[in-house]
Amino acid sequence: METVEPEIAQKPPSRRSDLKKISFSPRYLFTLGRKMAPPVAALAAALLVGAILLYAAGYSPWYAYGVMWEGAFGSRNNLAETLLKATPLILIGSGLAVAFRSGIWNIGAEGQLYAGAVAATLAGIFFTGLPAMILVPLVLLAGMLSGAIWGGLAGFLKVRFGASEIVTTIMLNFIAIIATSYLVTGPMIEEVGKFPQTAQIADAARLPRILFPTRLHIGFLLAMGVALASYLLLFKSSRGYALRTVGISPDAARYAGINVGAGLMISMAISGGAAGLAGATEVAGLTFRLYQEISPGYGFDGIAVALLANNNPIGVIFTGILFGALRSGSEVMQMNAQVPSVLVSVIQGVVLLSAAALGVFRITVAESRKE
Amino acid sequence: MSETLLKLDKIVKTFPGVRANRGVSLEIRKGEIHCLLGENGAGKTVLMSIVYGLHQPDSGQVIYNGEHLDLRSPKDAIKRRIGMVHQHFMLVPTLTVAENIILGQYPPWKILRHMDRVEEKIEKLSREFGLKIDPKALIHTLSVGEQQRVEILKTLYHGVDLLILDEPTAVLTPQETDRLLVFLKEMAGRGLTVIFITHKLDEVMQVSDRVTVLRDGREVATVVTAKASPRMLAKLMVGREVLLEPPPREGPKGENVLSVKNLFVNDERDLPAVREVSLEVRSGEIVGVAGVSGNGQSELALALAGLMPVAGGEIHLDGSVATNLSPRKLSCLGLAHVPEDRHRMGVVLPFSVAENFVLHEFDHPPFARNGFLRYKMIKSHAMDLVRQYDVRLGGVDDEIVNLSGGNQQKVVIARELHRKPRLLLVNEPTRGIDIGATEFVRRQIAAQRDAGAAVLLISSDLEELIALSDRLLVFFEGRIVGQIRASRDRIEEIGLLMAGKSGKDLVEK
Repeated sequence: METVEPEIAQKPPSRRSDLKKISFSPRYLFTLGRKMAPPVAALAAALLVGAILLYAAGYSPWYAYGVMWEGAFGSRNNLAETLLKATPLILIGSGLAVAFRSGIWNIGAEGQLYAGAVAATLAGIFFTGLPAMILVPLVLLAGMLSGAIWGGLAGFLKVRFGASEIVTTIMLNFIAIIATSYLVTGPMIEEVGKFPQTAQIADAARLPRILFPTRLHIGFLLAMGVALASYLLLFKSSRGYALRTVGISPDAARYAGINVGAGLMISMAISGGAAGLAGATEVAGLTFRLYQEISPGYGFDGIAVALLANNNPIGVIFTGILFGALRSGSEVMQMNAQVPSVLVSVIQGVVLLSAAALGVFRITVAESRKE
Repeated sequence: MSETLLKLDKIVKTFPGVRANRGVSLEIRKGEIHCLLGENGAGKTVLMSIVYGLHQPDSGQVIYNGEHLDLRSPKDAIKRRIGMVHQHFMLVPTLTVAENIILGQYPPWKILRHMDRVEEKIEKLSREFGLKIDPKALIHTLSVGEQQRVEILKTLYHGVDLLILDEPTAVLTPQETDRLLVFLKEMAGRGLTVIFITHKLDEVMQVSDRVTVLRDGREVATVVTAKASPRMLAKLMVGREVLLEPPPREGPKGENVLSVKNLFVNDERDLPAVREVSLEVRSGEIVGVAGVSGNGQSELALALAGLMPVAGGEIHLDGSVATNLSPRKLSCLGLAHVPEDRHRMGVVLPFSVAENFVLHEFDHPPFARNGFLRYKMIKSHAMDLVRQYDVRLGGVDDEIVNLSGGNQQKVVIARELHRKPRLLLVNEPTRGIDIGATEFVRRQIAAQRDAGAAVLLISSDLEELIALSDRLLVFFEGRIVGQIRASRDRIEEIGLLMAGKSGKDLVEK
């Protein structure tokens, strides 16, 4: 053992080991630590507040949290359920990170998810004759495109008419959700016609599962891929440089010769596409059909997921899993410890508030240091 | 002379990574105007923030009116009749003047009941001190100069013996500056003590009784202003001789590079801002644009840079039509633009220094390949320019927001000049930066002219225009009202033109 270490240290620095050296230098660890500190502290504060509430309501916080942990990660199946819930959150959060970094406040991921789910269902029902190799990508693509169009619409309204995207995306949420209700109770209702839901999509349209015997499907890996791609787009590509410039300072972007309107449209379409993809993976991987309220608010949780990760898609993987765990853990907590799962909404809320507060704190410290 | 009002004894204040004050001692006398002079980062603002209770010193004493002061917050300072007007105003834009003045002083239910009395008192104060302001006006409808008046009124309202002003003239027009300086002298005559933080030498000479020069967190000297000269103060401040006036270029000018014919530009509210302006700039000359800010110079610059639509007229750059072209295309034609608003336009504050250097070229080779940024090239490019233009920083990966204003501007200058522009458009190149950086920036601009660039220089600093320009165009209400050889002995004439007195009036006088 003693002889091995110096050998490694003396290795001539190749390009690969160069990369390693950078990633573990003290400076890098310091910056990483500084970036990680706010969300971690926010989570700790939220759990503390949650514990106080649990205690005040007459439960043992220790026991309740134990059950919750168990529920989120305690077994293969529980872990799979957590990752299943994290999948749409990571997809949506990654897209929203791109939008928020580009300075456009897409609050419409929920509606874009529905738009994606509708298109994916249609593709899955109509193209029954196709093999899975073609049908699965087709279903996903349909969802993504539909979401991108739904999001791009708000982007277009902003760029062309100056309509606030916050308002338009919220309105488009209502339209998408209510339109879905209409479709599944009327034109698209299953032939049996008993329940407000569509027929099942073709077997060949369904996403392969990756962790038997659980329900976890390949959509989770897809979400990780999308997060990685969003990260590369934002921070490693020249398009991302342009988008971030638009997000920070439209004036500087124009000065740099960047087309601000195009940037806003693109980031709106990207975030809509990611949310649409989330809708498609829900249908093709989990529900196999469309019905009302197919999303329990993933589009809104996705905003929190992105913000808590400081709009960094790699961070979104972690915050997405965290929120997924809170969701799946809370269900078990409600069942086994009789703690209302509403409490978990409180914890999620406090996570967000503390993250925001810490963000403000960070800004204040930075400003007071300057002369 | 007179007794001491405020005494600072060996004040030390350290922030993580920055030693702002390293044992500063200072004495302020009752009724004097005392300038604190120093470059950015010399520790002036931190020192005064300690006096105002915003920071607590690590060690050292503050003695005020003979007693030891231990301020926990600005509220304590206000109680002791110490007032401070910050460089960035602390006003709520959507509230009225009166509401801002009493903000935080009373519980809300009292505010509503006493608003009339408050407004009355403000009106009385503003009459008494000649600070005309409507207490019912909303802050965001006021000009910057008026907002500053509100800040001063705020201190008067709460009662003030010691007034600290942090770079009060940085945001003012020359006229507003003059008015402020006159006002301060008057107030000092009435017994108010004023501490005036600045890095502008002419203001020090104009207004102060005594001046203390700070450098690197230490006091270098305190002198009676009457016995000082700008040259000596500059040397104290920077620590070496400075040359603010690069030597002029000898020899004939070259060919026309920029020619503008009958240009009309509308401002953001679609009102005419530039009216029928024609001008020419030749290779190897610097043409200065003088004028009180808000008379169309900004719009002229933005239109020339492709950032504001041209409503009428023509722009030619090196013989090709350059009217309403995109910034990208203009940049290809050889335009470099140092914008007026550094923070909003010139740099992207949260980006690293290296990223800021490629603002125009981030998607060209060698900085991008196949759509991906090549950080290795971007960084080595940045390191070259940092060395060449003497930018002081920790590393090119630092966020540019952490650099001083002067070093930020050096980054902008380096980025724009290294491309060897045919036309260099510079707007307020040295606003808000320290004297060392000012010297450097001016020398770089002159070097571009010597290398054959045509330079159009817009500045609200008349000294700067005269120091650099070959000839001056004076703007008033969007028109060129005079064209004058840039020379110090015609400064009065230029001032009158800037104020809208036409050349004819001058002759008749």
